[in-house]
This record gives sequence, C-alpha cells and structure tokens, in this order.
Amino acid sequence: MPDSRFKILTSASTSGPGDAGRTGSWRVERPIIDLSRCTPAKTGKSSCHLCWLYCPDNVVSKTIEPTIDLEYCKGCGICAEECPVKAIEMVSEEEFVKGTEDE
Amino acid sequence: MSEKLIDSGNNAAAMAVQLAAAEVIAAYPITPQTPLTEKLSEVIAAGKMDAEYVAVESEHSALAVCIGAASAGVRAFTATSSNGLLYMSEQLHWAAGSRLPLVMCVVNRGIGAPWSVWNDHQDAMSQRDTGWIQIFAKDHQEIVDMTLKAFRLAELVHIPVMVNYDGYYLSHTYMPFELPEAKAVQEFLPPYDYTHTLDPEKPESLNTVTLPDSRNDIKGIKRPGYMDIRHNLHQEMRQAMELWEEIDADYAQRFGRGGTPILDPYRCEDADFVVVAMGSIANQFHVVVDRLREEEGLKVGVLALQIYRPFPTAKIAAALQNAKGVMVYEKGLSYGNQGALYADLKSALYPYANRPHLHNFIVGLGGRDIPTEDLFQTLKTACLSGDQNAPEQADTPQWIGLQL
Amino acid sequence: MQENQQQMTQIRWHGRGGQGAITAAKVVAEATFKSGYGGVVMAPTFGTERRGAPVSTSLKISREKIYDLSPIRFPDIVVVLDYLILNEVDVTVGLKPGGLLIINSPRPVSEHSFPDFRVAVANVTKLGIEAGLRKGIVNSGIIGALAKASELVDIEMLSQCIAAEFVGRKPQENAKAAQLVYAATQICGPSTGDSNA
Ligand code: SF4
Ligand code: SF4
Repeated sequence: MPDSRFKILTSASTSGPGDAGRTGSWRVERPIIDLSRCTPAKTGKSSCHLCWLYCPDNVVSKTIEPTIDLEYCKGCGICAEECPVKAIEMVSEEEFVKGTEDE
Repeated sequence: MSEKLIDSGNNAAAMAVQLAAAEVIAAYPITPQTPLTEKLSEVIAAGKMDAEYVAVESEHSALAVCIGAASAGVRAFTATSSNGLLYMSEQLHWAAGSRLPLVMCVVNRGIGAPWSVWNDHQDAMSQRDTGWIQIFAKDHQEIVDMTLKAFRLAELVHIPVMVNYDGYYLSHTYMPFELPEAKAVQEFLPPYDYTHTLDPEKPESLNTVTLPDSRNDIKGIKRPGYMDIRHNLHQEMRQAMELWEEIDADYAQRFGRGGTPILDPYRCEDADFVVVAMGSIANQFHVVVDRLREEEGLKVGVLALQIYRPFPTAKIAAALQNAKGVMVYEKGLSYGNQGALYADLKSALYPYANRPHLHNFIVGLGGRDIPTEDLFQTLKTACLSGDQNAPEQADTPQWIGLQL
Repeated sequence: MQENQQQMTQIRWHGRGGQGAITAAKVVAEATFKSGYGGVVMAPTFGTERRGAPVSTSLKISREKIYDLSPIRFPDIVVVLDYLILNEVDVTVGLKPGGLLIINSPRPVSEHSFPDFRVAVANVTKLGIEAGLRKGIVNSGIIGALAKASELVDIEMLSQCIAAEFVGRKPQENAKAAQLVYAATQICGPSTGDSNA
C-alpha cells in the first residue's frame, strides 16, 4: 500500500465518450448507418458490432440497431471503413446545415 | 530463528528475493548475474517458492513482463548486468514513469564494446537518469538487507529500486551473512497491496499519449499532464530518502542491523580527509584508512555512499563540509567530463564557503585489478598534496593502474 | 575500530580449469566458518580460463570480518592441485618466507626443493583412486593435506563439509580421500611449523 504522503501521479484514461472533450464539434463528415444493410438491424441478433468495437471515442452503442452519439462523434470515419457490409456512409456536415436552411 | 551461513553474493540475493516472496520473476541470463536467477528458477521448480518464473528472450522483455505483472498488482523481480541493463533502458524509463514498485538486482559489470565480463559501475551510472532509485551494497549482508528493504520502499513510494552489487567481487565471492527468519520478514514486508491495479471490471488505458496540459476526464476528474507526472516523480524520489531512513530504522529494530541507510562512515568523526566511494571498494578502504592513520598519522576516513539516486545532497554536504580534502574513487565516468559521482558531489558542496578540495580517481574499469597498495599510495599522495593543484587540474580525473 | 591488525590466514589455490580448486576452497571456507571463524572470504579469480588452463582462487580466513576483497598477494599457504603446474606457474610468488606449500605429487617430499618454505606433499591422485574415486578427482583429497599441514581446521569438520558438498557425487568416497591423504601427507621444511610466521 503506498504511503499517504505520496501523490503518485500516473497517466490513465477511462474509455468513454468525452475523454477528449466535446469532440462532436470536430466533425466535418457524419456517419450515417443504412439500417437496411446493417447486420444486427437486419437479423435482430446481437452480432457484428465492429463499428462499436473500432470507434476510438466509444460513441457507437452495442445495440441491435447501433446508434451514434453525435455529441461526441468526431467524424473520423473508422466505423465506415471497418463496416464489413459497407452500411455506414460518411456524409458532409454541410448537407445537414443546408437541410435545416431548406426547411 | 535467523540463520548464519556462508555463500556467494548471487545466492544471498536469491535467498532474499525468496524471503521477499516475489510472485513473478522474469529474467534473461547474463554474466555475472546468471547464478542469481538460475537459483530462483531452481527453487521455484522445486516447489520451494510460490512464484511464476518467466523465461524470456531478452532483457527488454524481462522488464516488460515485470511491468505487466506489477501493473496487475503482483510483486515482481528481475536481475541483470551490463549490456543487459542497457537493453532494458527503454523499459526502465517506462517502469519509473508508470510508478511501478519493481525491484531489480544489477550485478555491476563493465559495458561492451569491447566485451568485458568483469566489474565496474558504468552500467548503473549510465542509467542513473531513468527515474529508478539506485542503492549500492558493500557486502553480502547488505545485499540481503537492502533487497528486503528495497521491496518495502518500492511499494511505499511507487518508484522502482535497483539494488546494485559488484560483479565477481561480491556476486561470486563466498562470505558469511545472516539470513532473517521467514516469518519475521513477512511481518516486515506484508503481501503487496496496490490500491490501483489493472481490473477488467474497470477498463482503463495506461500511459497512452499524455497531453502537455492537464485535462478533465469523462468523470470530470482532473488528470495530470506529462510535466506534472514528471515533477511528482522527481519530488517524490527526493522524499523517498526519508522513507528509506524510516524503513531502515524499522528493519534495525526487527533484525538488529541498520543505522546507515544513506551514508556509512568509517573513522570519519575527526577526519581531515575523507574518501567517498560506492560498493565493495568502500570496504576495501577500511584497511587503507587504518594504515594511513597508523603509519602516516593522517586523519583519514571513508564515507560509503549507500544510495546514489536520489542523491543525498544535504546529508553528504553536511558530512564533508569540514574536511580539508575529499577523494572520490569511482568505477565509471561521464566520458568527456569527469566521474559522475565526483560531479554530483562537487555540485552538492558548491553552496558551502569552506568547501574541501576535491580529487577524482577512476579505478578498476572492466575488472582492472585494484591493489590495496595502489589505493594507499594514491590516497596518501592526495592527502599530502593538499589543494595546490590548479582547479582545472584538480578536476581532471586521475586513472589508477593504467597500463598504457 | 581499526581492522587491519587482524590475524588473517591467506591461502592461494592453484589448479587447472575443471579440476575443482574453487570447490575445494569453498569446502574449506565452509568448514572454517562453521569452526568459528567470523571472517571467511573465498574469491575465485575469473579469467578467460578453459578446461586444463592454470587457474587460481583466494581464500582468506580470520576471526573477524574481512573488508579487503582484493586477490591475495602475500599468501601464508599455497595449495597446488597438480604438481605439473609447478613447471608452468611460479606458484610461490609472494609466499611469505616460512610459508606453507602443499602439493599433490607422486614424488616424495624430499624431491621438491623449496628451501624457503615448509613443503607438504601427498599423492592425492593415487589415494583418491584408493578411496574409490574416478582417476583425477583430487579436490577433495587435497583438503586432507591442508588439514594435516596447517592445522587450521579439524579433519572431522572438513570430512562433514566434503560429504555435504559432494552430495550425489560419492560423498563418502570423497571424504575418505581427504582422510587417506591426511594420514599420508609428508611435511618437511625450514620453520617450526607455524604457517603464520
Ligand atoms: S459494422 Fe456495419 S454491419 Fe456491423 S454493426 Fe456496425 S453498421 Fe452494422
Ligand atoms: S466517425 Fe464513427 S468511428 Fe469515428 S467517432 Fe464517429 S462513430 Fe466513432
């Protein structure tokens, strides 16, 4: 047991959304999941979830329909790259800005 | 009951590690360390020690295994020498930066090229800035006692400790020592209880890229930046000196040996001239000091430095400031400058007005014989010469026993 | 406080790589320690020796703790495990006048001429075979000659330590070799028999 006089500083980080701050503001491209192609969504079974596994910021949920927390998704595109059935498309954030203007 | 026996320094170290109940031992053989870990592998194989012996393919891996074990909350030990220590160098920094309570015996040996299997201190000195605590034993009894105390220190301050002892002079020499009783050691050194270990239930990433600045993590807890971690390592290594004294006092109370955890003086009380040295050569100076007092009437003493990092700046300066002359004999140097210990000592004495004149001797590199007569003659000459040397000259190390 | 006045017996062992001089010195170290000597230091000299090459080992014995671990320069006793080494190495270098020279040799003591020293000789090789050892095992036997000529340690204690050291390697035969050599060792020389003189 360490002595109480010592404040043993080390570097450790707990994985989870927000470990690097509000990273959602970094995003220039947004991942959009096509649920008609996504394996767990199609089969109703907890399978694949490679997007959940690979997301460096832990913002994809491990649910039957995977969801992405856009508050923290930084738009890196790793999920889209790793998805074996190419169900994730990276769409420019501008599309969504325009979308709101159009309404 | 404690046991008095006669054996080699390597076996003394192995018995201490066995008593300390290390749970993981990972090592790669290298002369003159090999018999130490060989012995440990034997006792583990014979079922006399409940530990995992991991035979690895290199010293780098040996320390990496220990880092993994300690991160998971297990008491781990390794040992090496010479180029093996250098091969570990990257992991030495890693262990200290991770604040892991490891203990390692370094059986000091000259560094290649060219290959030498014989003793000097260049291996340990070259790794002095890795953030490890470095202590030096002078005989087998100190190997045993220091190794046991090292585990306790490492686990209290969370800084790894290197227990150094001279290759061959101690590792392969047989001499008597006392081995404490296992039960008493268990009380002195309870099982390793690290509050912060790897836990699959609470996953964490350790020592990933750490930003220059501190930051708040996902729970809003402030996490240190790189520089803050470095600052505390430095600060707490200096603070560790105090704990080392406390541990020594506790050990002395339990086992009857101790009292000189930092500096071990011999006939220094009234000394005009003091030799400073580390390891077994400091003991060799006892006979030189006796003879110089008797035959030459010179008031000489020897001060053995037991702990080199953290450097006991204030204590050593206080011990030496009233001497007329201080002679540093060391088995390694910082090429192109001076002996590393000499430079440290000079810096410690700088603030004092009446500082002694200093002499630096380089001795016994790569196992070059150190005749006691040579120590006698060089020390006598240094005492009689006073400070008549020009400062630059005084600062130039003198090499003993060169055969150029 | 001072230590250098201590009474110390210094023994230098000469043998060949593989002959077991270090083991012999270790056994004597163990036996002297068990007989009450608090300062015993056995320091093998490690060179680039190979099997057959001449090697040497230092053994220092004192009542008090020994601080100087440097190799012996001025031995009181020199032990030679193979008399043929006498042709290769000046084994008496540094040996104090009146010091003791112990040799494993088939020749009688009168044929070894060292006028300055006491000389003890035994045919350790032959007696080892008589004790039941393989030819060439001399490191246990030579201890008997040291015990007889130096009177440093009791032969009984040495026999026990030999048997303990050679566990699994004919312990009784090795101890017996030392005893046979003890009985057969011939001594002659200039001094009165005090090897510390
Ligand atoms: S990787 Fe693709 S298929 Fe797999 S869960 Fe994610 S989106 Fe669905
Ligand atoms: S783009 Fe995909 S992988 Fe990257 S942060 Fe967003 S969800 Fe995670």
